[in-house]
Amino acid sequence: MTEREERRFAEVPRESIKLMAESTGVELSEEVAALLAEDVCYRLREATQNSSQFMRHAKRRKLSVEDFNRALRWSNTETVCGYGAQDALPFRPLKEGELFFVEDREINLVELALATNIPKGCAETMVRVHVSYLDGKGNLEPQGTVPTAVQSLSEDLLKYYQQITRAILGEDPHLMKVALLDLQSNSKIAALLPYFVYVISGVKSVSHDLDQLNRLLHMVKSLVQNPYLYLGSYVRSLVSSVMYCILEPLAASINPLNDHWTLRDYAALLLSHIFWTHGDLVSGLYHQILLSLQKVLSDPVRPLCSHYGAVVGLHALGWKAVERVLYPHLPAYWANLQAVLDDYSVSNAQVKADGHKVYGAILVAVERLLKMKALSLTLAAGGGSAGLPGTTTGAVGFRENSPGLSPPPEPLSEPPLGIASHLQAGGAGCQWEEWTPVSLPAMYCELYSFFGDSLAVRFSTDPPLGGAPSSRSCQPLEGRKEPASGAPNLENTRKMPQLTASMNISPRQDGSPRMEPQPPSLAATVPGRSLARSSSSSSSVSRSRSSSSRPGRSTSQSRDIFPKARFPLPQAGPPAFSFIIGGRQMGRRCQGRRFQTSFTPTPPLNTLPPRAYAHKLPVIGRVSKPVRRWTCSHYSLHLPL
Amino acid sequence: MAAVQDGQMELDAEKETKPEILSDGTSNLSGNTASGTLSSSPLTAAPAGGAPKMEDQQTLIAVLQFLKRNKLTDSVEILRREAGLGEDQEDSQATDGSGGGKGDVDGGDANSLLSRVSITSAAAPQSMPVKRADDQPDVSVVLSAYSQQGDPSLYQVYYSGLKNFIESVLDCHRAELSQLFYPLFVHMYLELVYNNHENEAKAFFEKFSGDQECYYQDDLRVLCGLTKKEHLKGNEVLLDFRTSRFVLRISRDSYQLLKRHLQERHNNQIWNIIQEHLYIDIFDGMPRSKSQIDSMSGSLAGEGRRELNKAKVFHGLLKEPEIEVPLDDEDDEAENEEGKPKKKKTKKDSLGSKSKKQDPNAPQQNRIPLPELKDSDKLDKIMYMKESTKRIRLGPENLPSICFYTLLNAYQGLTAVDFTDDSSLLAGGFADSTVRVWSVTPKKLRKVKSAADLNMIDKESDDVLERIMDEKTASESKILYGHSGPVYGVSFSPDRNYLLSSSEDGTVRLWSLLTFTCLVGYKGHNYPVWDTQFSPFGYYFVSGGHDRVARLWATDHYQPLRIFAGHLADVTCTCTRFHPNSNYVATGSTDRTIRLWDVLNGNCVRIFTGHKGPIHSLAFSPNGKFLASGSTDGRVLLWDIGHGLMIGELKGHTDTIYSLKFSRDGEILASGSMDNTVRLWNSMKAFDEVETDDFTATTGHIHLPDNSQELLLGTYHSKSTPVTHLHFTRRNLLLAAGAYNSQ
Repeated sequence: MTEREERRFAEVPRESIKLMAESTGVELSEEVAALLAEDVCYRLREATQNSSQFMRHAKRRKLSVEDFNRALRWSNTETVCGYGAQDALPFRPLKEGELFFVEDREINLVELALATNIPKGCAETMVRVHVSYLDGKGNLEPQGTVPTAVQSLSEDLLKYYQQITRAILGEDPHLMKVALLDLQSNSKIAALLPYFVYVISGVKSVSHDLDQLNRLLHMVKSLVQNPYLYLGSYVRSLVSSVMYCILEPLAASINPLNDHWTLRDYAALLLSHIFWTHGDLVSGLYHQILLSLQKVLSDPVRPLCSHYGAVVGLHALGWKAVERVLYPHLPAYWANLQAVLDDYSVSNAQVKADGHKVYGAILVAVERLLKMKALSLTLAAGGGSAGLPGTTTGAVGFRENSPGLSPPPEPLSEPPLGIASHLQAGGAGCQWEEWTPVSLPAMYCELYSFFGDSLAVRFSTDPPLGGAPSSRSCQPLEGRKEPASGAPNLENTRKMPQLTASMNISPRQDGSPRMEPQPPSLAATVPGRSLARSSSSSSSVSRSRSSSSRPGRSTSQSRDIFPKARFPLPQAGPPAFSFIIGGRQMGRRCQGRRFQTSFTPTPPLNTLPPRAYAHKLPVIGRVSKPVRRWTCSHYSLHLPL
Repeated sequence: MAAVQDGQMELDAEKETKPEILSDGTSNLSGNTASGTLSSSPLTAAPAGGAPKMEDQQTLIAVLQFLKRNKLTDSVEILRREAGLGEDQEDSQATDGSGGGKGDVDGGDANSLLSRVSITSAAAPQSMPVKRADDQPDVSVVLSAYSQQGDPSLYQVYYSGLKNFIESVLDCHRAELSQLFYPLFVHMYLELVYNNHENEAKAFFEKFSGDQECYYQDDLRVLCGLTKKEHLKGNEVLLDFRTSRFVLRISRDSYQLLKRHLQERHNNQIWNIIQEHLYIDIFDGMPRSKSQIDSMSGSLAGEGRRELNKAKVFHGLLKEPEIEVPLDDEDDEAENEEGKPKKKKTKKDSLGSKSKKQDPNAPQQNRIPLPELKDSDKLDKIMYMKESTKRIRLGPENLPSICFYTLLNAYQGLTAVDFTDDSSLLAGGFADSTVRVWSVTPKKLRKVKSAADLNMIDKESDDVLERIMDEKTASESKILYGHSGPVYGVSFSPDRNYLLSSSEDGTVRLWSLLTFTCLVGYKGHNYPVWDTQFSPFGYYFVSGGHDRVARLWATDHYQPLRIFAGHLADVTCTCTRFHPNSNYVATGSTDRTIRLWDVLNGNCVRIFTGHKGPIHSLAFSPNGKFLASGSTDGRVLLWDIGHGLMIGELKGHTDTIYSLKFSRDGEILASGSMDNTVRLWNSMKAFDEVETDDFTATTGHIHLPDNSQELLLGTYHSKSTPVTHLHFTRRNLLLAAGAYNSQ
């Protein structure tokens, strides 16, 4: 009973009363002290209860000393002076003995009077208006920053800020992880947002340090993922920081050993994430981003890594962005890229490597564009739903090839594909406004004219093209020569990781019993493809870049190939392609990954699209100038990583 | 020795399992009473599980015998029927009980039951008429009501006896009779305290305070600090509790049951309290359910008496004065601009017809003398009508836009906000005694020129009103100094020329918005004035404060015209509101009641109970039929003024609701709270769903649908800014105001 009583109220013990009486020179008997103590307790409680009324009417949650004094005044009691300070007075125990006291330090008034730092007065009280909710929905416009006078960080917040920034930018990866995790879930850091955004904007000053850039990007990610933060207009600032990482020719990229490509990929991913989750906060953000990406892309003076960033960024924003910006821009850009890729001088090697990187990125982007477009078309057609899974992924089936070339694909060969897959995940389901669409066939034709078969092998839904590349005649042309040419290739690539593609074309006549002529519709291509996958192991002929080590493989031959591919001779079944992507040791021991595709026979297109660019770059690695030691095959896709 | 041990056991059991003790109070009390007198009773020594039932029956039998002896055969019959006792049971017990029962002076060998009965019956008559001389002190008459009335040690017995009875009655009666617990508990406790039985009072409180309804916790906290008679004198809230009778609504059946029980038990102690301090409002019909009772109870003085809510309230609107408005030309222009001529036409018609037809519920036009319209008022009315034609029709599909007026850097503490009706000015009352006025339109605030300068201007010119203003003084905001304490309420006059402010210093001040000086200080409340508000027609205003009265003033009188007294606690902040027809004033209070007062005669015409915390906001619906109230418990309650009924409960807020406002057409109710949200409620639906037939109106029984979630149209968060004030513009844009709270 007494326990409960004590918990409910603070009580003044009679000893305290006696002590106080003694200090004023009055001797109290035990009895009187007890009575007084009880009365004091009651009066204190009463005053507290009364003062809470003043608190409520002042619309506060915190009882202030002033409230208490008001209550005392209205009950005709002297007020307690000297406790009006804003900051809390520390209540400390004395080490020896059970004595508690309020710490009240002495203040040197002389010092205070002669102090030169005169405190600034409070900012003026003012009224700010903003439309919070329009028609009961959402925030119309960002509220803008709170005026600086209002911002006052508590000490705890400041400490938190210091700890977090130190942890993230520091050396300890474990600490960084913890800090990022907290940043992602802490609900009380809204006041620190501007500071964090400021820190992140520091990307511009650490462009030489990939590691720091990476950490800052992770910080962005954490902030963006924090469900308690309302980013508001800070989205713009964050986006500009991320864009910096994507587009700028970072100082770190001077050294080819630095993997700034991954950073750009990550930043692009982040950009799409910000855009999808917070894009609604800043109107017109999407267009601004597109515009700046386009600007970079159309600027030939910019280095290739910037271009790469632009392409990756577009890709990350979804296939519609690719369609709107990259695709129309491709013809113009192609010439530049072509020039780079065709330059085989030693001094150009680095640039050329970068060029291949860009090439790969573009390829990935347009392939997804085509896929998504085809998908959207089937969706629009309404009947093609059954074929959906096939159209997206069925084309790219891979499996380990023959046992002779045992080691699994190196992880190094992954990034391009990796980008493709995660960007696809991020960019699915675009919803913004319609862009006057180029028809899929037309688009495919044009893209095909740029990429040739390297496009086709990854994207096989090409019925409109009609001329499904078949390679009856390829077969005799190609021989298994890659083992022979492995060593020189390795030498030539200067240990740069590379992607090697080889194409296996298997005649399907004998491949499968289920072989039937397929109707020329998109949906119908699916079973054919699955067939191809199932029977891919029967592939026999591989075509690899190394096969081109045969001297004298010339442009004329390469030109031979493509017309052949485009004008298939009538044959009993659709051809199947298998395609191998391997690492740099591809030629020697690494088999790489094999992608297989089969093409369904379709009625040949009556009017062939003009192949305006066909002569320019049907295939990467086409030899325009004979280089003595570097002889490239016509069909290899060489992607330095 | 055995008795001591028993007592210990009882105490232990009490500590360990509280609910068990609550259910068998009898065994407990037998322990308490018997431990002194009966040492070797087999019944008290018996384990707690079986004893009480046995005892109960024995008690009943003893009572039966008593009744028989006194030839009360009817009562015997009834009791026997109710208790389900057979004749034979009684007889068998009678033989061994009669000896002790007849000899009133019981020896040590008498059994516990009979001794208890005899003590009860002996104590009551002995103490009732005799008032102890030494306990007649020189205190007020109020307190003397609490003179010694019985043996303090038996209070627990009485209370638990009643508790057992109430817990054993039928479910339908239990809920109703449970209402008795709280007032009885408080009165018995106060009696104990008053008579200096401090220890008994503490024990009593400890034992039974846990049983009380959770919404009385605040009062209990006050109560338990109170253990000395001297403390009683200073505590006004409790004094009021005593002077006013706690009102209970109980059906006739339940009341009969209670009465019979108390008479049978000779429980005069409780009966006296009921007679003296409670007012039992008996109605015929079905007893109410627990939820029905809970929705209405919670106030400091029980429910409102039904007959008090019977008075006719003229809740209709006054006829709009007929003003020739050049509406047509203007409207045609507007129509051409906006291209929606059809809608406008119909709306205008409805407006016109409303003003022409006299509302049957409206008071007489001159029931309260109202100020005559000035030319400027007429102009304003025209403006108002024009604006209202452009008003947006709100509804569940068409929610209002919300503009938030954030007061930044309000370190001194914002306590009150008001907007003018046309939303052009904003006034803020601050804890540093200042009142600040801002212009929220591009038009700046200007003072009138000084007297000397005024002499110079041409008084005949058309733009004389413009010329008297001093351009040099133009600024966005003005500060009004004059109060000497926090300003708790501000209110603009309808014509925007005056501003009222009420403060902790006990005054209400009237400020001119032309000169930005104080014109009058109205003194009358000698305590903090929590709120003030102008009448919708100007001239009159009402104020309410810590002195528990609301006062009606006219601006040209320095003394109040009416004093509305009746609340048991402070008339709270932002909680005095004029009815739209200016004939009534509603006040909310810390005693958790809302009262509606007639301005004409100063009578209280409605008492609404049901809130469980101090009321901090009130709003009349624009048609005058309904009232909404918000309190510290985070609930909004809706009331039908005409029928005097609660018609809705809106749950959702998590903190005190400081502002309520209906949209201009009454379709939407907006509530703003300390929890930094504005919530919108579908008030139309809430009002429509209530069926107010005659039955519910006469009995006051209500069935509240629990549909808060359906009625909630939206929750809108501010950025750590408590919502102090809400206002709908004439076009139904919602304005909210509050001070940014950096913590």
